[in-house]
Amino acid sequence: MSLVFAGVLSHAPGITGRAERADPTLRDAFYASLDRMRLELEAARPDALVVIGAEHFANFFMNNMPSLCVGMADAYEGPIEDVEWLRIARTRVPGAAELSQRLIAEMMHEVDLAYAQEWRFDHGIMVPLNFLTPRYDLPVIPVNINCQGPPLIPLARCWAFGRALRRACDAAAERIAVVGTGGISHWPATPDSGKINEAWDRAFLEKFLANRRDELLAYTDEETYRDAGQGGFEIRTFIALAGCTEGSRSELWFYAPIPIFAVGCTVAVVRIEPLITD
Amino acid sequence: MSLYHLQKLIYQLNRDPAVRRQYEQNFEELLAGYELTAEERGAIREPDIGLLYVMGVNGQLLMHYAALRGFEWDAYLEAMREGERRYGPVRTGLYKRAGGTS
Repeated sequence: MSLVFAGVLSHAPGITGRAERADPTLRDAFYASLDRMRLELEAARPDALVVIGAEHFANFFMNNMPSLCVGMADAYEGPIEDVEWLRIARTRVPGAAELSQRLIAEMMHEVDLAYAQEWRFDHGIMVPLNFLTPRYDLPVIPVNINCQGPPLIPLARCWAFGRALRRACDAAAERIAVVGTGGISHWPATPDSGKINEAWDRAFLEKFLANRRDELLAYTDEETYRDAGQGGFEIRTFIALAGCTEGSRSELWFYAPIPIFAVGCTVAVVRIEPLITD
Repeated sequence: MSLYHLQKLIYQLNRDPAVRRQYEQNFEELLAGYELTAEERGAIREPDIGLLYVMGVNGQLLMHYAALRGFEWDAYLEAMREGERRYGPVRTGLYKRAGGTS
């Protein structure tokens, strides 16, 4: 089994960019959970970290928008945003091109993918890396799910992508970690920024933690937009991770709405079980 | 409405240093390269962040243009609220799905 670590975490830019404006007790507890996640990730001794993210018009736009794209470069850079705005220094992030290529080729038997040999990370990947690999010494393989420009990929296909990723990881000799980063309910960069539907988040998390496939795939975009904002479309990253770890339960290490971060801040780690094949 | 071109201008401005230099050196020439209505050109030039929001520009694009034009976070949020008060609900794009976000 070469999937050695899996989890989900939030990525909102305010987590670093507006840090001083958050309730310090909540913020520090959240940061502590992220650091605990880093320690568990490091203890798993991964050779590469796959980050399933949902970027925000940094590399992909409606002129040629892939539903699913996987990075296949030797190195990436980020953040693409103003470093003062995000408060993460611009840096070079190592990639794992040859491993990416093998994973992509394997996944293509089951799902249609785009790939990219150029990719500049935005906060959607840089905020997680800032906490999980602060020395940028672990090769990263980025995955993007279009959660910004509808029409969006159906949830069932996100799950199928996750399963394909798992099979590809299991076929590789390397030790691979995977994290999903997105959502949950939020209305980012709109007049309603800071609004968080905690009850909706907790109901979603309950399904995610128990890996209840049918319930996770039952959400419609209309309901999600109404109850969880356009940022709720990013549940696709959690659902892909759940597909990647089908049959495994997760532990919730942290959840709390932090309005100035514009999201219910979440950290959860999967207790990985072998994938049951069809 | 040409929301696609309006958003493409901001997308490229946000990510491409060469487009950013053109913005700094010859804004009008940059604007001429995009199929924009007079209202859109005016809102970008001003900048009228609230009107751009009402026109349907995605916040993930707009917040960076607002920052480029000197809007702090709270001022950016307030500019969008003022836009809704002045111009009405969001006209098109993602936020029109449920009649705006508020």
